[in-house]
Amino acid sequence: MVRTGAKILVESLVEQGVEHVFGLPGGAVIALFDELYEAPFKIVLVRHEQGAGHMADGYARATGKVGVCIATSGPGATNLVTAIATAYMDSIPIVAITGQVKTHLIGNDAFQEADVTGITRPATKHNYLVKDARELGRIVREAFHVASTGRPGPVLIDLPGDVTAQEVEGEIDTAMQLPGYRPSAGGHVRQIQKAAEAINDSERPVLYVGGGVITSNASDELRELARKANTPVTTTLMGLGTFPETESLSLGMLGMHGTVYANYAVTNCDLLIAVGARFDDRVTGKLDGFAPHARIIHVDIDPASIGKNIEVEIPVVGDAKKILGDLVGLVEHRQREEWLGQIEKWKRDFPLSYGLDGDVVKPQAVIEEIYKVTDGKALICTDVGQHQMWAAQYYLYTEPRTMLTSGGLGTMGFGLPASIGAQFGRSDKLVFLITSDGSLQMNIQEMCTAAGNKLPIKIALLNNGYLGMVRQWQELFFNRRYSHTYLGDKNPDFGKLAEAYGATGILVERMDQVRPALERAMEIDDGPVLMDFHTAPEENVFPMVPTGHAIDRMFSGLA
Amino acid sequence: MQKHIISALVVNRPGVLAHAAGLFSARGFNIDSLAVGETEQPEFSRMTIVIAGDEAILEQVRKQLDKLIDVVKVQDYSNVPHVERDLALIRVHTSVGRRSEILELVDIFRGRIVDVSRNDVMIELSGTEEKIEAMLDLLRPYGVREMVRTGRIALTRSARE
Repeated sequence: MVRTGAKILVESLVEQGVEHVFGLPGGAVIALFDELYEAPFKIVLVRHEQGAGHMADGYARATGKVGVCIATSGPGATNLVTAIATAYMDSIPIVAITGQVKTHLIGNDAFQEADVTGITRPATKHNYLVKDARELGRIVREAFHVASTGRPGPVLIDLPGDVTAQEVEGEIDTAMQLPGYRPSAGGHVRQIQKAAEAINDSERPVLYVGGGVITSNASDELRELARKANTPVTTTLMGLGTFPETESLSLGMLGMHGTVYANYAVTNCDLLIAVGARFDDRVTGKLDGFAPHARIIHVDIDPASIGKNIEVEIPVVGDAKKILGDLVGLVEHRQREEWLGQIEKWKRDFPLSYGLDGDVVKPQAVIEEIYKVTDGKALICTDVGQHQMWAAQYYLYTEPRTMLTSGGLGTMGFGLPASIGAQFGRSDKLVFLITSDGSLQMNIQEMCTAAGNKLPIKIALLNNGYLGMVRQWQELFFNRRYSHTYLGDKNPDFGKLAEAYGATGILVERMDQVRPALERAMEIDDGPVLMDFHTAPEENVFPMVPTGHAIDRMFSGLA
Repeated sequence: MQKHIISALVVNRPGVLAHAAGLFSARGFNIDSLAVGETEQPEFSRMTIVIAGDEAILEQVRKQLDKLIDVVKVQDYSNVPHVERDLALIRVHTSVGRRSEILELVDIFRGRIVDVSRNDVMIELSGTEEKIEAMLDLLRPYGVREMVRTGRIALTRSARE
């Protein structure tokens, strides 16, 4: 039996259970796409490779499976880099396959050549340059294994044109050869014991939960632990949905734009239980002022995350699902009336709030309406900026994998392609993209992919005519000098643009139009709907902790 | 700041050195020296890295290195009995009549002359960094024309009964 490299690749992807591949052809991958023409999985043709990368990412976030994208050599591959870096920062398992010039041309500055393994090395968990098709089966298996285990992340396979065409005879051993890869698993029994003792001893504990809990599918264990130990839970942006925000133990999100009560709780707790979170600067603010009175437990699968930013008393290295499960059996229920009473008081005194202003469409109100109209059950995707923070604050998440957002890298342009990938992965879900005029235009070409595939994605465009988050900082810290942040007078008519792509466009200019627009959008199920909400141009995201301050030094903006 | 010797056993594949080196620069770790070579098993190489920094930095270097897929094992030799060596090739100017003085120094330091010409000699010297520094100090007055060093390599001593 003779097989080409391209054939081996397709067979390997089938072996991995791949159902969707997002990509765009090009010179170096023509032979590969020829094989993909008959592949037993769906190829989603994108309009820009960055879109393919974010779709694979959104697919992975929504399903927990590995997302796959394919691009050609040179510019095709470099266009993937932002998406790969996005997935890397948020520990998302994707496998990116890039074409490369023929092996004898590598290093010759050939047409559409780029040193892609070199370029992506600091932004991938691992990468490969395949020099012999006989290695390909093994490499694909390793790539999926590395991408999806331990602390997940993107893996890139660079595939020269002659390797795809290379003919290979017979069966080849595809056993993995990864002597240096042993992701930690169980968690040390003694450390788990110590953590449980600390929880039982604590008067004022807080669980600080990040995306790692979603990655390890540990939401059930987390919920059990929080309820049994009677411990309030705050999540990072990446951790939204791990604990139901509708429960009284939920504190919502913490950090720069977190709730006042979450930040007060962390500042005043005597025990901080960090799980699958990495003490990012947007969370901690000034490090000296972060949980200053607390003993700290840190559960993480990545030993390098522990002790990186903050000193930890009880490190527990391993998988959150296993460790939280073990903790549930070891913790005692305690009333903690005083602490929970204090938190209730903070919640009453400092709720999230915004002001209404007649007919003017308030972005926060739009998100609250989306919450109501979707019954809190939508899969929300966002872009990056003010709308992202409002989406984090004003939609109440109750399930994991229902809030997809670029947390670490903060990639504008992530939202639309990620929502497409998510909708392909979860065709049973109502997918809502919350985006803005700045972000949407960074990958707006994928409207074509969404409409062409008749994906019923609801797009809520919070159009304030500004690069809003930068404008907010300019207003607050740069004397209102709005240097190059105004987009309003040059923005296209987004509704018309949506229509031009074959989607539906709805314009919303007054508060009383918000609900009807959402209701109309909910009825359209044969393609995307874009609702162009013209929102208050200079609305700010509050509360806010200015950079470099302790997180209890928040200002609300409300006089 | 204390200097640490980190030894990393890595899979002998293209890109491993670039990956490790890239990690140091990306995270702002300053390395003093880096030596790489094959081990007794040709599929593995050993990197010996000398780095100055406090405990926290060292901890991060060790953990981040260990995270690389092709890195099999990372050890910090700082508190482990070990043998370390540095190899230097030094070309020294030898004016007429002073060659014997240099030969005497080479002898004291148990070095070797590996190349001789009318105006200079090349000395091979191995040993700890301190020994090489000491030799260099004594050679400088004669005029050191060129020098190359391997950087430190190290192995742990066998455990004693």
